[in-house]
Amino acid sequence: MFKLVKIALRNLLRYKRRTLLTSSLIAVGVTFVLVFVSSSSAFKNLMISQITDSMLGHIQIHKQGYMASIDSLPLTLNLDQKDIEKLEKAVNSMSGIKAYSPRIKFAGMFSNFMETTNIRVNGVYPDKEEAVAPLLPGRVKQGEKVIKKGEMFIPELLAKGMEVKVGDTIVVIATNRDGSVNGKQFRVGAVIESVTGPGGRDGYMHIEDAMEMLRMDQMEVSEVAIRLDDFDKLHSVSAALDAALSDQLNKAGKPVFDVRTWEDLSPFYNVSRMIEVMTFFIRLMLIAIVLISVMNVMIMAVYERIREIGTMAAIGTKPGKILFLFLIEGFFLGLTGTLVGIVFTCAVTYVINAVEISFNFGRQIGLVLSPRLEPGQIFLISGIVILVSILAALQPAYKASRMEPINALRHV
Amino acid sequence: MSLIFAQDLTKVYALGEQRVEALRSVNFAVEPSSFVSFVGPSGSGKTTLLNLIGCMDKPTSGSLRVAGIDTSSLSRREAAEFRGKNLGFIFQDFNLMSVLTVYENVEYPLLVVQNVSAAERKERILTLLDTVGMLDQKDKHPDQISGGQKQRVAVARALVTNPSLVLADEPTANLDSKTAFRVIDTMHKMKDELGVTFIFSTHDRKIVGEVETIYTLTDGMITGKASGKGGGHV
Ligand SMILES: Nc1ncnc2c1ncn2[C@@H]1O[C@H](COP(=O)(O)OP(=O)(O)O)[C@@H](O)[C@H]1O
Ligand SMILES: [Mg+2]
Repeated sequence: MFKLVKIALRNLLRYKRRTLLTSSLIAVGVTFVLVFVSSSSAFKNLMISQITDSMLGHIQIHKQGYMASIDSLPLTLNLDQKDIEKLEKAVNSMSGIKAYSPRIKFAGMFSNFMETTNIRVNGVYPDKEEAVAPLLPGRVKQGEKVIKKGEMFIPELLAKGMEVKVGDTIVVIATNRDGSVNGKQFRVGAVIESVTGPGGRDGYMHIEDAMEMLRMDQMEVSEVAIRLDDFDKLHSVSAALDAALSDQLNKAGKPVFDVRTWEDLSPFYNVSRMIEVMTFFIRLMLIAIVLISVMNVMIMAVYERIREIGTMAAIGTKPGKILFLFLIEGFFLGLTGTLVGIVFTCAVTYVINAVEISFNFGRQIGLVLSPRLEPGQIFLISGIVILVSILAALQPAYKASRMEPINALRHV
Repeated sequence: MSLIFAQDLTKVYALGEQRVEALRSVNFAVEPSSFVSFVGPSGSGKTTLLNLIGCMDKPTSGSLRVAGIDTSSLSRREAAEFRGKNLGFIFQDFNLMSVLTVYENVEYPLLVVQNVSAAERKERILTLLDTVGMLDQKDKHPDQISGGQKQRVAVARALVTNPSLVLADEPTANLDSKTAFRVIDTMHKMKDELGVTFIFSTHDRKIVGEVETIYTLTDGMITGKASGKGGGHV
């Protein structure tokens, strides 16, 4: 067994150039895939955290039916005081949740006393909102970082279009759920960077100001946004929340709450899916490269060594051992390629991190790509490559093991 | 009991429409510890016969018993096992493994075929290499030694598993006559020392002078049996 390994290794060394070429091809493939996977997942994670941490939150809970008409920000589908209490109880007793923020969302008119445009408003508790969207204070371009009563955060797009600055007085007008119109004056507390995608025209005010504007006697919220301790637990926590809240039924016997992850809430989920699909195809390409190159080498190796195989068989080597010998050769081709590939990958990743490749994501500029090698990915790719190498050697190895010694020995 | 017993041994190759009768009703017996050669021109059936004895091919008809086993009853795997345990092979083209050293080539059959302790393995290999006169070359690779030396290594390789029978198909065809005599001489010496039976084939009648039993093959038939001197060639 150990000696077979020795023979296999010597055979690989016998054709140095070919072995070198094949394993470098595998190494380059492994490097390419690992660098691609780590960079694209770094990009993806950066993108997701930009989206979730500047506004969306990881999970949002609405009243059932709200999502269907979310574009018009209906006030008739809010969660009432009782719903909120139940929800808070469930959220507080669940592990894995870092923070939650109730929001009143409504569409209104925004006026600088000369012009009017429409605006979407989030009424929030400043501290809770910041805990759920930690990038919010960072989005402030001018003004104060904290939302105060009587003040508003105005998105940059709107501020530019309406020519308002921090400290200006503006009016927000909104229709409440009963159809009556109400207006209120605010001071512009801050101008914030608009986020990419939906929410680009979202402004913020204190939740109590929102209640007053909408003439709510009791607290009602449009949504509760949630931030998790660990983003990787997104689906498990979401499912747990769903389960914990599913016994709350309305009069029609339908669940009251609708739990959604960011994936349902942002169109960028499709981009992240695309990245995953691309990663899959790139892995597939690597498999094809390894399969073809190892198979090619092993077919040649078997062909060149027909007489040697015949000799081994004549001397009494059992077919299984001959099969094994060639499988070991395939295994070592894959292994060498993988190990060299991992070393290359470390080098390339180091360089990428050192040169700080930066890119812009929508309006967020200067994001730095910092790929990190995940051991899981390395194991997965190495495992695939080595397995495929062995599989590629299987057919030639089988052929070798089936050779009749008399025919093989006659071969010139 | 005879080591080899062949009765009406026939081998027919079918090449499409054509039928080649490589062996026609051959009868012979070989006793243990003998030195036998089959002599005949090219195409007379020597290789075919040795392949049958070596359990690498099956007869078309007739029976062949080697070391008490009916060779046609063996499966591929069993035949490999049988060869490893009971037979040794020497080839016309030496067929040493080029990636292995002289020492490792002799070691090879012990590794794949039998479980012999490391200490005993080493002892056997070194003794055999000494006997065939190749001990000082043991760390060289096959491409660094001459044809005659290669064949002596092959003799050691064939003997390392203590087989009861060694088959050598034209072992001297690629050697000059002086070297050929030396190789035959080595084989003969091993037969005397170890009591192993050697069967070899050759188309060259000159080199079989010292062989105990000589069968003449013509067109797949045994046309003569002679006894040589039985002594060592000088
Ligand atoms: N595999 C084969 N297929 C067809 N004919 C064969 C085959 N092997 C040998 N023969 C024929 O059988 C005859 C005997 O061949 P062989 O045993 O090789 O003789 P030798 O070894 O004495 O030269 C020859 O006519 C040869 O052409
Ligand atoms: Mg022949």
